[in-house]
Amino acid sequence: MSGGGGRRARVLVTKIGLDGHDRGSRIVAAYLRDAGMEVIYTAPWQAIGAVVKLALEEDVDVVGVSSLATDHLLLPRLVAGLREAGIPHVRVVVGGIVPAREERDLLAAGVARVFHPGSSREEIVEGVARLAGEAQRDALEQEAS
Amino acid sequence: MSAPPDPRATAAERASLWEREFAADPAAAGRTIRNRSGIEVKPLYVPADPGPDYLASLGWPGQAPMTRGIYPTMHRGRTWTQRQLVGMGTPEEHNRRLLKLIDAGASAVSLIPCNSVYRGFDVDEVEPELLGTCGVTVNTVDDMETCLRGIDISRVSTAVNDPSPFTLLALLLVVAERRGVPWGQVSGTSNQSDYLSHFIANHMFFRLALPGARRVLLDHVAFAGARLPRWNPVSVVGQHMQQAGATPAEAMGFTLSTAIQYAVDCRARGLPLEAVLPRFTFFFDVSISFFEEVAKFRAGRRLWQRIVRERLGVEDPRAWRFKFHAQTSGVDLTRQQPMVNVARATIQAIAGIFGGLQSLHVDSYDEVLSVPTERAARIAVATQNVLREEAHLTDVIDPLGGSHYVETLTDQMEAEIEKVIARVDAAGGMFRAAETGLVQGMIGRSALAHQERIESGEERVVGVNAWKVEEEEDAVEGLPRPDRALVLAQVERLRRHKRDRASGAVAASLDALARATGDPSSNVFEAVVDAARADATHGEICAVLRRELGYGQPFIVP
Repeated sequence: MSGGGGRRARVLVTKIGLDGHDRGSRIVAAYLRDAGMEVIYTAPWQAIGAVVKLALEEDVDVVGVSSLATDHLLLPRLVAGLREAGIPHVRVVVGGIVPAREERDLLAAGVARVFHPGSSREEIVEGVARLAGEAQRDALEQEAS
Repeated sequence: MSAPPDPRATAAERASLWEREFAADPAAAGRTIRNRSGIEVKPLYVPADPGPDYLASLGWPGQAPMTRGIYPTMHRGRTWTQRQLVGMGTPEEHNRRLLKLIDAGASAVSLIPCNSVYRGFDVDEVEPELLGTCGVTVNTVDDMETCLRGIDISRVSTAVNDPSPFTLLALLLVVAERRGVPWGQVSGTSNQSDYLSHFIANHMFFRLALPGARRVLLDHVAFAGARLPRWNPVSVVGQHMQQAGATPAEAMGFTLSTAIQYAVDCRARGLPLEAVLPRFTFFFDVSISFFEEVAKFRAGRRLWQRIVRERLGVEDPRAWRFKFHAQTSGVDLTRQQPMVNVARATIQAIAGIFGGLQSLHVDSYDEVLSVPTERAARIAVATQNVLREEAHLTDVIDPLGGSHYVETLTDQMEAEIEKVIARVDAAGGMFRAAETGLVQGMIGRSALAHQERIESGEERVVGVNAWKVEEEEDAVEGLPRPDRALVLAQVERLRRHKRDRASGAVAASLDALARATGDPSSNVFEAVVDAARADATHGEICAVLRRELGYGQPFIVP
C-alpha cells in the first residue's frame, strides 16, 4: 500500500520500556505487511534512543509502539527524541491499553493516534497508511524548504 | 415439525430420523463449528457404542487416571484457594491493599513485582514514569518486610511472581529469619519460575541466557527440596503461551512438554523425581470457550498422570497430581462496555472450577483499560465468593463428567495435546523447541488465526463485532497510578540504603555469588539468599548473574 506520497509506507513496529507481551505487535506487524507496507520489527524492551536511531536509519514514516503495561508513559520522550534527531515528520502511533485520560495527554504531547483493544484491522491499516502519507508529504516539504 | 416416531421404531431408525430432521433446517445444519483448538463441535453427542471403560478412562477422584480430580474430596473437602494477584506502587501501598483483600475473603497473598523488578533492575536504574505502575517496587529485605507487615507468613501462603533468579523468595526467607519464623513454615509458590514459558512468550523480563536460566532454576529446586518443605519451587506456566495466542490444546501440550523437560533436567541434576514432582504446580489461562477449557483441564490431568507413570517412571501417586492455578483470560475481555467483563470472567471462572482447579484468580473487569482499580479487584474477589457460597458449584466432584459431549471432547483434546507433545519431542524437547523458535512460530500463527476469526465475524465478541453500542468514553472512573511522591521517596530510600549499609559484606556476598555461577558444585540460589541477607539489592544480584551467566537475546519471529 502506498502511503500517498509516492513510495511504499515504511513503518517501525516496536515495544519500549519494560514489558514484553508481543502478541499485539506481532499481529499488527503482519497486518501492515499484508497491506503492502514495509515493516521493520524489533524485539521488545527498546530504549528510546535505540528507537530514534532505528527510525532515522530505516527512514520510516511511522513508528508504531505497542503498550500493554504502562510503557506508553514514555512516549513523550520518543516524540521529543524524534524531533531532536531532526525527523519531526515521523508519526508516532500507539496501540494497546491506554486509559482515556492518558490518551489525551499523549495526543497533546504529539502522539498522532491511539489504537485500542478491539480496533479493527481495517481501522489500523487505514490509519497508519494515512499517517504515513502525511509524514512523507511533510518530509518532502521539509526538504524543499 | 414432523410426527413423533413410531414407538416401535428401532434405535437406528430413531437416530436416522433425528439426522434427517436436523439436516432439514439449513440454519442448524448449514455451518460447521470448530473450537479454538480446531476440533469440530457436533450438534449432539450420544453414548458411544461400546462405551468407554469407566475405570480406565475416568476412575475415581484421587485415583488413576485422575480425570475426575486429583484428590478424593476435591472441592467438597477444600474449595479452591482465592489468590488474587495484586501489585502496584510502593511496598507501603501494596501492604495496605493486601490487608484489605484478606479482609474481603482472599485466603492467600500474592506479590506481583514492578516490571523494573522483572527486568532485573532496582528503582534507581529505570525511568521513574514506569515505577510501580504494574507491580510493587521491591528491591530489598526492608521492602519485603514492609509488603508483609501484619501478615503472618507462617500461616498465610505466599505466591510470589518471581522469575529467575528468585530474589523475591530470597528476600522473603530473610524476612522469615528476622521474624524468627523457621523456613520450614514458609509456604507458597514461586510463580513464574518457568523460564521457558517466559522466553517463548517474551515475558521473561529478567532474561538470562537460556543455559544460565536452566542452571538457576535447578539450583532453586534443589534448595527448596532440601530446605523449604512447604514451598513449591516449580510452577509450569501455560498461561503465558495461551495469552500469547496458543490454542487451549497447544497451551496444554507445550506446558506438559515443559514439565517433562524440567523433570528430565532435575533427574539429570541428581534430584529424585519422587521428591521433586509432588511439588510441581501448573498455572493456566482459562478462556471463555467453556467446554473446551473444561475438557482441556480434564485431559491435561489424565495425560500428566500417564506421563509421570509411563514416561518418567514414577509410581508414587502424589507425583501424579496435576495441581493447578488458573487465571481468567484477559485477552477475552473487551474495552467496550467494560462492566460486561464481569460476566465473561464469571463464565471463565466456572470453566476453571468445573475443570478441577486448586487455586483461582479472577481478572478484574477493568484489566483491559488499565491496571485494576481497587473496586474492580474487590468485585473479582466477590465473584469468587458468590461462586463458592451461593452457586453450589462445589457440591459435586467433576459435575460435567459423564456428559457425552464433555467426555468425547476430553478424549479429542487429549489427542490434540498429544500431537503437540509429539511435535515438541520431534524437535528435541521443549528446551530445543524454544531455542529454535518452533513454539514461538506455532503460537504466532494461532494468534493471527484467532484474530482473523474475529475480523471475519466468525468468532463473535459482544460490543466489538456484535451488539455494538454507542457509549461514552471513560466508562470506568479513576486511573490507578502509584503515588508519584511515594515512589520518588522510595528511590531516595534505596539510594540511602546503598550508601549506609555495610558495603564490605555486600561486596563479599556478590563476589561469592559470581564464584558460585562458575562452580557446578555450588548452589547459585543459596548464594542469592546469602547476598540478600548481606543487604545486597535485587538489581545488584541480577547484574552479577547477567554478567556471569550471559544476557539472553529474545527470539524474534519475523
